[in-house]
Amino acid sequence: MAQRLQGMWSRIIAIAAVAAFPLLPGVPEFWVTLGGYIGLSSLVAIGLVLLTGVGGMTSFGQAAFVGFGAYTTAVLTTQWGMSPWLTLPFALLSTGLMALLIGVVTAKLSGHYLPLGTIAWGISFFYLFGNIEQLGRYDGISGVPPFSIGPYSLINSRAVFYPIWTAVLIAVVLSENLLDSRMGRAIRALRGGSIAAESFGVDTARAKLVVFTFAALLAGVSGWLYAHVQRSVSPSPFGINAGIEYLLMAVLGGSGYVLGGVLGATIVTVLKDQLQNLLPKLIGTGGNFESIVFGILMVAVLQLARQGLWPFILQLLPQAAPKAIDAAAPVLTHREVPSRGTPLLVIDKARKQFGGLVAVNDVSFTVNGGDIVGVIGPNGAGKSTLFNLLTGVLPATSGQIYFRGERIDGLPARGIAGRGIARTFQHVKLVPSMTVLENVAIGAHLRIRPGVLASMLRLDRDEEKRILAEAARQLQRVGLGEHMHKPAGSLALGQQRVAEIARALCLDPALLLLDEPAAGLRFNEKQQLAELLSRLRAEGMTLLLVEHDMDFVMRLTDHLVVLVFGSKIAEGTPAEISANPQVLEAYLGGVE
Amino acid sequence: MNSTIALFLAQDGIINGAIYALVGVTLVLVFAVTRIIFVPQGELIAWAALTVAALEAGAVPGTAYLLVVLGAAAAALELAREWRELTARYLLAMLATDLALPIGLLLAVIQLAPLKLGFTFNVIATLALLVPMGSLIYRIAFQPLAEATVLVLLIAAIGVHFALVGLGLVFFGAEGVRTTPLLSGTFPLGPLVVKWQSVSVLVVTLLVLGGLYVFFERTMMGKALRATAVNRLGARLVGVPVRATGRIAFTLAATIGAVSGILIGSLTTIYYDSGFLIGLKGFVGAILAGLGSYPLTALAAVFVGLLESYSAFFASAFKEVIVFSIIIPVLLWRSLTSGTHHDEDEEV
Repeated sequence: MAQRLQGMWSRIIAIAAVAAFPLLPGVPEFWVTLGGYIGLSSLVAIGLVLLTGVGGMTSFGQAAFVGFGAYTTAVLTTQWGMSPWLTLPFALLSTGLMALLIGVVTAKLSGHYLPLGTIAWGISFFYLFGNIEQLGRYDGISGVPPFSIGPYSLINSRAVFYPIWTAVLIAVVLSENLLDSRMGRAIRALRGGSIAAESFGVDTARAKLVVFTFAALLAGVSGWLYAHVQRSVSPSPFGINAGIEYLLMAVLGGSGYVLGGVLGATIVTVLKDQLQNLLPKLIGTGGNFESIVFGILMVAVLQLARQGLWPFILQLLPQAAPKAIDAAAPVLTHREVPSRGTPLLVIDKARKQFGGLVAVNDVSFTVNGGDIVGVIGPNGAGKSTLFNLLTGVLPATSGQIYFRGERIDGLPARGIAGRGIARTFQHVKLVPSMTVLENVAIGAHLRIRPGVLASMLRLDRDEEKRILAEAARQLQRVGLGEHMHKPAGSLALGQQRVAEIARALCLDPALLLLDEPAAGLRFNEKQQLAELLSRLRAEGMTLLLVEHDMDFVMRLTDHLVVLVFGSKIAEGTPAEISANPQVLEAYLGGVE
Repeated sequence: MNSTIALFLAQDGIINGAIYALVGVTLVLVFAVTRIIFVPQGELIAWAALTVAALEAGAVPGTAYLLVVLGAAAAALELAREWRELTARYLLAMLATDLALPIGLLLAVIQLAPLKLGFTFNVIATLALLVPMGSLIYRIAFQPLAEATVLVLLIAAIGVHFALVGLGLVFFGAEGVRTTPLLSGTFPLGPLVVKWQSVSVLVVTLLVLGGLYVFFERTMMGKALRATAVNRLGARLVGVPVRATGRIAFTLAATIGAVSGILIGSLTTIYYDSGFLIGLKGFVGAILAGLGSYPLTALAAVFVGLLESYSAFFASAFKEVIVFSIIIPVLLWRSLTSGTHHDEDEEV
């Protein structure tokens, strides 16, 4: 509680300091103007933080969205005579529609294609702005009216400072709320690659679109404000160079932290002003020499402090309080557990071919409710491919897979998760920077679905409490309760595997699929894992695990399936399998 | 538009497309070996053209000073980062390539430039000044980031572009230049008047592409680069020095950049910041071809050149909009065809 109060106080002090800045005696007008520009840039940089540092995408074209906001209000106020305040919804609408349109095309792209696309449209829009008659071509639109309250026009920089920084405050609060919610966790999970997120029902394409559009809307608000502060618009502040400067702000400030965007905007804006005064004097002629310093700064930050500068400030601030868990929150609804002994998962002649290679060759077997079934086989037997077929990561070439009587082959990973199959990964896929609790909470993504807007406005707190309580419950169930507030990356490998099991349990699965759960574990870690899995079975869970540690599966499983070169060569109880001559030959080599 | 104009535009487009092809192929090469999307390739091209122009005027080109600056920066940074591991032999080599060579070249250029020694000298001097820059830029900016993700490397590349454009302004000023072509005059070919200059551009481009083919298919070094492109770790395990491959890729990039710059200087007016758009157009070609195949990239780049040339005629104001917008349908197509299997699995 004390920590929470401290955190609140440091925020109130920060807000008061910003609010008092223009009123302090002796602060020159110019500094206040600069402060306004810092606020305008902060809005864009905050959006880029969410996009780049949190969502793992990036954009060099954010300046174009600023342009959409600015031109929309400039046209509406100068040509249609609208009041500046009333154009905000239109500015948001035009930016949002454009972002959706561009986002649908590009946000789904993986890796480097999105930033490349943003460079392309960043340049295109600059030339478009500069060539459209109605937008005044390269001269732009002048005579944009200032904001006004009643008869008072907000012309001087002290007056206009407040609307700008109010917008920044709202942006910070909305962004932090978004990150601290179900959708926020989904967005943060994007950086861990899409397969893990999709396996827990996250629609990664939608999550990307949400963050992309939100970032664009923040840029649009910045443009809307800019038009009425500057009182004119022209294409040059919305070109690709401006886009690169915005990205520098996000990277420099700390691309993983909302307030890092504000820090970056402050440094870059002040530095730019200073350099524009200083460098031409040093060099002797005029020109945009600050780009040399900015370029070097960008590379240096990436080389020396890839998290940006905000973490250094974060060390000085009081630690954020760990999330409160409300154990009394209503329990999330449970799925009906299949009864023991009935067929749960039926695999019928599943086949996967990669060109001429048959990785899984017409494999059939059944997993009954309440059992632990193991799939074993030497390296290259097709275990992982079979696993990928079951989890929807790869489509089967032929054959059928039924889960609780419903055909599931051909469903995407998300659809399979929705039907109650949860999985873990051979190579642990947790987001290292998120806490264990938050990672596990992603498992509950499909069980309760507060909306994005509700999350931003903090209307999701009841649902959020239930999600976190469930995540905490599953962590306690697997014995990681005491570690829940640590970053996932700080756990040992064995604990990370167990945390993945907790995340899978959080989905409330009817079937748990484990991909080589014992790989890389030490002896007593394996023993603990075996105990945990036996306990889950005793609680009614059905498990299917792929494994090549013979000892581990022999002691644990009820039923074993042996694959060799893609084909099933034997099936039965561990005792039957260990006496099967074919299996012995496959594992130990033939007797000469 | 009659057929004469159409043919004229086609000639123009193919010539520009040839330059874009050189850029596009370089980008694919650098990306394959280092995973860096080398946006600043355009700056090297502009610098090469500006260098030739300065030499033609008998002046000392800014690149001669820039090379000294880059060499000193690379040496200083490498000393600061790795002074513990550097051997005496490596230090000597560094002294020779990073300090002695640039200063020697600068002194030579100061002596020789006023003599206006002509085309061959200008080409040799431009190559000598530009080629070492590739490896220097790699060592300064990218070597410490060798293990970073594609996204981080791209952001760094944009940072380098920003810095180089600014440096270009300092060392060359804001004036535009145009150089004299290698071959002037024209000859008729059916209804078309062909410029000898066009022929020379095409021939040089084909020679460079052919040279690249021979390098990658026939030489050990080329094969090592290809191996690195396929699997960095695997290449390292069989003894390919991954660091060296980065430097070699960048040296190749600078070489091709210098050649492209020498060619383009006589085709259009080049300013200190013209490189960005030239580079990006090559890059549109590379993206159209999926950032993978060399021949497809070259073809796509020629297509970009043609598109630019015809849209300049029909809608000159929207020329750039059209050229850059063709990326969007390609990206759309890729986003529809590539499923979710494309798991980057990367941490920024």
